[in-house]
Amino acid sequence: MSEKPKVGFYWCASCGGCEESVVDLAEGILDVVKAVDIVFWPVAMDFKRKDVEAMPDGAILATLLNGAVRSGEQEEMVRLLRRKSKLLIAYGSCAHTGGIPGLANQFSREEILKFVYQESPSTANEKNTRPQTRFAEEGRETHLPELHQVVRSLDQVVEVDYYLPGCPPTPNLLKNALGVLLSGKLPPKGAVLAPETALCNECPRKDSKPQDVAFKEFKRPHLARIETDKCILAQGFMCMGPATRAGCGAQCVQGNMPCTGCFGATSRVRDQGAKMLSSVCSNIDPKEEPEIDKVLEGIPDPVGTFYRYGLARSLLRRKVSTV
Amino acid sequence: MEEAIKQIWEKARHGASANPSTRRIVIDPITRLEGHGKVDIFLSDKGNVERAYFQVPELRGFEVFSRGRPAEDMPQITSRICGVCPTAHHMAATKALDDLYQVEPTVPARKIRELVYNTFMLEDHALHVYVLGGPDFIVGPDAPAGMRNIVGVIQKVGVEVGKKVIVMRKRLRELITYAGGKVIHPVLGLPGGVAKGFAAADMPKFKELAKDGLEFARFTMQVFRDIVLKNPEYVKLITSDLYTHKTHYMGMVDASNKVNFYDGLLRVVDPSGKEIAKFSSRQYTDYIAEHVEPWSYVKFCYLKKVGWKGFSEGADSGVYSVAPLARLNAADGMATPEAQKAYEEYFKTLGGKPVHHTMANHWARVIEMLYAAERINELVNDPDITSSNIRTIPTKTPKAGIGVVEAPRGTLIHHYETDERGLIQKANLIVATQGNSARMAMSVEKAAKGLIVDGKVSDGLLNMVEMAFRAYDPCHGCATHSLPGQMPIVARIWNKQGQVVEQIVR
Repeated sequence: MSEKPKVGFYWCASCGGCEESVVDLAEGILDVVKAVDIVFWPVAMDFKRKDVEAMPDGAILATLLNGAVRSGEQEEMVRLLRRKSKLLIAYGSCAHTGGIPGLANQFSREEILKFVYQESPSTANEKNTRPQTRFAEEGRETHLPELHQVVRSLDQVVEVDYYLPGCPPTPNLLKNALGVLLSGKLPPKGAVLAPETALCNECPRKDSKPQDVAFKEFKRPHLARIETDKCILAQGFMCMGPATRAGCGAQCVQGNMPCTGCFGATSRVRDQGAKMLSSVCSNIDPKEEPEIDKVLEGIPDPVGTFYRYGLARSLLRRKVSTV
Repeated sequence: MEEAIKQIWEKARHGASANPSTRRIVIDPITRLEGHGKVDIFLSDKGNVERAYFQVPELRGFEVFSRGRPAEDMPQITSRICGVCPTAHHMAATKALDDLYQVEPTVPARKIRELVYNTFMLEDHALHVYVLGGPDFIVGPDAPAGMRNIVGVIQKVGVEVGKKVIVMRKRLRELITYAGGKVIHPVLGLPGGVAKGFAAADMPKFKELAKDGLEFARFTMQVFRDIVLKNPEYVKLITSDLYTHKTHYMGMVDASNKVNFYDGLLRVVDPSGKEIAKFSSRQYTDYIAEHVEPWSYVKFCYLKKVGWKGFSEGADSGVYSVAPLARLNAADGMATPEAQKAYEEYFKTLGGKPVHHTMANHWARVIEMLYAAERINELVNDPDITSSNIRTIPTKTPKAGIGVVEAPRGTLIHHYETDERGLIQKANLIVATQGNSARMAMSVEKAAKGLIVDGKVSDGLLNMVEMAFRAYDPCHGCATHSLPGQMPIVARIWNKQGQVVEQIVR
């Protein structure tokens, strides 16, 4: 029997990009395999829930879980894995802060079902059929899981020990995190296993970032050229870098586009969106309301801009549905 | 090191389908785990299959939560539908933005997009051929299931090849990272162009990559020929009736009716191979409709003008198919020389056009790898590719835009309507796997009917059912805008009394 520490990977509501990011370790995956015993990883190997149930509590050193939680089944699985794992790690934006699927919290389940199965321009559904959690036809009954109303981050469901941010986290981050977990020198509980500095610190354009920015306008990226060597925020495009944790190597900026904030905030900040909003507002150049409004026209979707990955776990969380 | 990988797969084998006795265990709530495709098979009194339902148990609702977002954010938001094929959604969205703002990308920008896109197609197809679906063939359908994976492939074709696959995918993904900032969820797409160009100084390494990529595609073709085509058993399996459906086919073609992944018109052929429609993305709602069933969250696409006639094949049924098999059927050829030769060999071997064998998808996929690799070579050697003229800034007021690409898994359509500020009011997505969802359900039912007779469930059932749908390279993450790309599966078999007599999980 192997005495290597046991590690598991699991997903909930996610796109599969986090799984791909593990695969992107490429030959690095071999080092992982040498160091740990992967006890389950549904995307690559089969495992059964009762195998996990049969393990003693805490038998798994660490489970890295990606995806948000949006159904009863996921919640059950998450609670089970919490019990069986010494350390539970939220892997990627969706588990960390709800991720892009969390934007669905601005809408009700009914709005989603109604559009998809009735209103969509390509749907032909005169009888208004909807998928049923129980459906009987000539004595045969099929079942579908019920969709829940809200999307939650992992720590809104169970206790989480550590976080790996990013949509998706980078292979380097994963390698470092595994190193830390295996070293036994554990950081304080609740730590985000990524640098405690803002993205601007590792941005290749940081030297061109002015001390004080006075925003006269915000430009939307499709309506103006983005210069390749200057601070994107200073050029007047909304870049989330100042309110976002470092660790990705400023990948989007390397692609000549603004940071959209997928790593979340540093630990000093409770709410990434509020932080960015307040810093933007205090740096708007005009002082009169009509001119201020004009500047803000360049940010037509504040929720999608400031909370693109973090709505579910933010102070806002969700829209209270009126439907 | 290889020993370590082997151990992992040993474990997978143990849990998965190698040993029928472990596979036949009735397993409880895992059946309800999301991330699982579900198959419910209902038997008659005599124990024959009455009906099999292939269900997708999940839905996310990207179309709805896109409302109110600036359209220019859509390439990055919709890529989160699927982390396996983010580049497909990113590109379909970007093309929808071109249409929305009525702006033509500059010639270099178009070429950069096409270069990135073909690179993505090559690496994604390689993933499927060597890791996901191909092992059925390369290692062989009769090999123990525990060997039908990348490790088995490596044993069959050699360790060097295994390394080659890993390294090649890595290098191809580096090109996408160069242009798109990130390979998982890239950021290059803007209406009228791309955010970043290629520097002339960096081209030598990409030209080298292009050459190696073509060599790799040729090699893959050779592997397929040697291992699959030279084995009459495999050829019999490909052409077996169990895996054959005579449906319509849809795929994108260029001006000469050659397969194109990035741009062109959508062409539809009927089960006899005759063109019955050719249309631009703008007209998609005239030709494509989605049918709803109460037992799955996924919608079933069909040809609107033919109509929904249930899960049936033939010229009278609107059921159509997409992805490699369909693309080759719907086109008159390939636009590059080596792929064209392979295309001719394919139809000649399989008895002419169209090919109705689902399993031929694997072969068609390799032919598409050749095309993608040849196209990459053309593009990296095109002087336009290093031009700095990469954007046309939109000036028109947006209203509606539709973009289409051929994703690895088939025709992908993004449709947005906005207010005058370019904020999304309505978004509609027809994703690739949906184009195959009806045919896939038919394949699963046909396999079940062929393999369950008089109450006897063949041990190989699940593998065979699986092979039936794995050939499509289904991505239910895309289909429901929620699930990960590779899909475990649960099959449950119900008797007439409504009891579960068998439950098989993978």
